Amino acid sequence: MRYTRLAAVALAVSLSGAAASQSALAEVTRGALMAKTCLACHGAAGTAPEATIPTLVHGFPRELMIQTMRGFRDGTRPSTVMGRHAKGYTDAEIELLADYFDGMR
Amino acid sequence: MTISRRKFLQALGAGGAASALAACAPMPTEPRNGEHIVVVGGGSGGATAAKYLRRFDPNLQVTLVEPNATYHTCYGSNWVLGGFRQMDQIAQSYQALRDTHGINVIQDRVTAIEPDAHQVRLAGGRTLSYQKLVLSPGIDFDWEAAAEGTSEATADRIPHAWKAGPQTQILRRQLEAMPNGGVFIMVAPPNPFRCPPGPYERASMVAHYFKTHKPRSKVLILDVKEGFSKQGLFMGGWEANYGDMIEWVGGDRGGMVNRVDVANRTVFSDDGLNRYRGDVINYIPPQKAAQIAHDAGLTNEAGWCPVDQRTFASSIHPDVHVIGDSSVAGAMPKSGHSANSQGKLVAAAIVNGLRGIDAPEPSMVNTCYSLITPDWGISVAAVYRYDDGSIRGVEGSGGVSPADADREFRRREADYTRGWYRSITTDIWG
Ligand SMILES: Cc1cc2nc3c(=O)[nH]c(=O)nc-3n(C[C@H](O)[C@H](O)[C@H](O)COP(=O)(O)OP(=O)(O)OC[C@H]3O[C@@H](n4cnc5c(N)ncnc54)[C@H](O)[C@@H]3O)c2cc1C
Ligand code: HEC
Repeated sequence: MRYTRLAAVALAVSLSGAAASQSALAEVTRGALMAKTCLACHGAAGTAPEATIPTLVHGFPRELMIQTMRGFRDGTRPSTVMGRHAKGYTDAEIELLADYFDGMR
Repeated sequence: MTISRRKFLQALGAGGAASALAACAPMPTEPRNGEHIVVVGGGSGGATAAKYLRRFDPNLQVTLVEPNATYHTCYGSNWVLGGFRQMDQIAQSYQALRDTHGINVIQDRVTAIEPDAHQVRLAGGRTLSYQKLVLSPGIDFDWEAAAEGTSEATADRIPHAWKAGPQTQILRRQLEAMPNGGVFIMVAPPNPFRCPPGPYERASMVAHYFKTHKPRSKVLILDVKEGFSKQGLFMGGWEANYGDMIEWVGGDRGGMVNRVDVANRTVFSDDGLNRYRGDVINYIPPQKAAQIAHDAGLTNEAGWCPVDQRTFASSIHPDVHVIGDSSVAGAMPKSGHSANSQGKLVAAAIVNGLRGIDAPEPSMVNTCYSLITPDWGISVAAVYRYDDGSIRGVEGSGGVSPADADREFRRREADYTRGWYRSITTDIWG
């Protein structure tokens, strides 16, 4: 029997339903990679007193994210560190982030 | 049985993944279960890479090789020296990576990498084959470049504590045993080294311990460098919190240490021109990429691993990706946060690459938080892109905490420092 890796995945698509396998096969996008970098600070979902940075692992509403990030970036929303981070992202990148976190809700 | 590529693409439909695949070059010929990624080193970079490889492709077979059952984070180890953290609070285990994330964790040391054969050899005798290797072995010390009188063997008497664990405990015990009125001497390392603000956070934490327990004691930093990370913020914080307890002597003022008399705990600088006697000496040696990277022929003349900074594929052996402290990563400092960000990028690059898709355009971040007191935090941050052959900070982004902030702002950053610790350790090992 000779089969390629893609063939094996194609089999999986037909056997276990497109949705699950397609998500396993989906490419890692720039938006996903960028959003994962936020989780170094926004990752812990615990309730311990030390979990001082709000978690984003359960997602965040799109419009609110865009507003919040722009506010951090232009300084209208005060922050300790987010202003310095938000300045690293263009409007288009903020939208990619917003789409990604909206999708995690 | 053969399923044609066209049929497969039809099965997927005309979605993004399918069109991206259609553009790809040669078809991978190995069966799915032949796609084996081996990650060497379960520290900040390696554990992140292993976890995110499985996140990005839950079908991928990932093996992580790490000699220690418990990893002690260097971050937070200065807080142990400050006396307000315990060793078990900076200990991380591999249980979640194994049980929750389906990573095959092997407790062993890699003794050889054979890039041509795509194999690694383990001290325990096993050989592992890989399709791609991720190497994140951290640093080792360049004892040849270290001050006369120091060696690996003297580190139990004048500890470096620059790898957390037993070394941290040795230094902590020496500080505890030191009399009130004693002198703590730290010899800071030359660039480049892991954690640029680390020595100065350490000086702060030792001063915090002294102030609360041995208030007549002194902290003396002898530094080959003429400046250091977040210098203005550190010095302002020292003055505000510790008066003149901490003294920093730069390389142009007598800080260039050449020799240590370990038995008499005496440090000589500027070829014997100055001598300093300490009660506790923390000698932090010059650093280089970890030994395994040297043995595998992955390093340059400077002792670090050059990589394609878009994917961290080694410039020497492209199927080996080197991340973390060992790698040359453009403007990114050698930090746990950098290594974490690089681990995610390399996972994305490998997962996409196996499908014939380009790696996503790099987007990475770093933030080095430091505590000056348990209630006084400062930070330096940056967002990074790849541009013109190397990783660079996005212009206008990042930078250090404001110089003129009030105590409330510093307290909030101290709270976020602990929040960062909790989040990043969960992101890496949780
Ligand atoms: C005092 C101090 C304070 C710090 N504070 C901070 C901070 O606040 N924030 C921050 O971001 N960073 C901080 N750092 C830096 C941070 O600890 C490192 O930059 C980071 O851990 C680097 O990650 P790495 O994966 O490259 O190496 P490491 O985390 O050191 O991991 C390397 C791993 O590889 C394993 N290994 C080595 N050789 C082999 C082999 N042959 N086979 C198998 N496994 C092997 C080792 O056992 C180790 O577990 C600090 C460092 C120090 C010393
Ligand atoms: C260095 C750690 C760090 C990183 C990295 C980071 N953040 Fe933040 N974030 C914070 C902190 C701390 C706050 C609280 C505001 C402040 O003082 O900066 C915050 C606040 C926020 C908030 C407001 C949350 C709320 O409910 O009030 C949002 C939204 C946010 N960050 C999004 C992001 C996104 C998106 C990224 C990635 C592009 C990101 N952050 C990366 C530390 C970080």
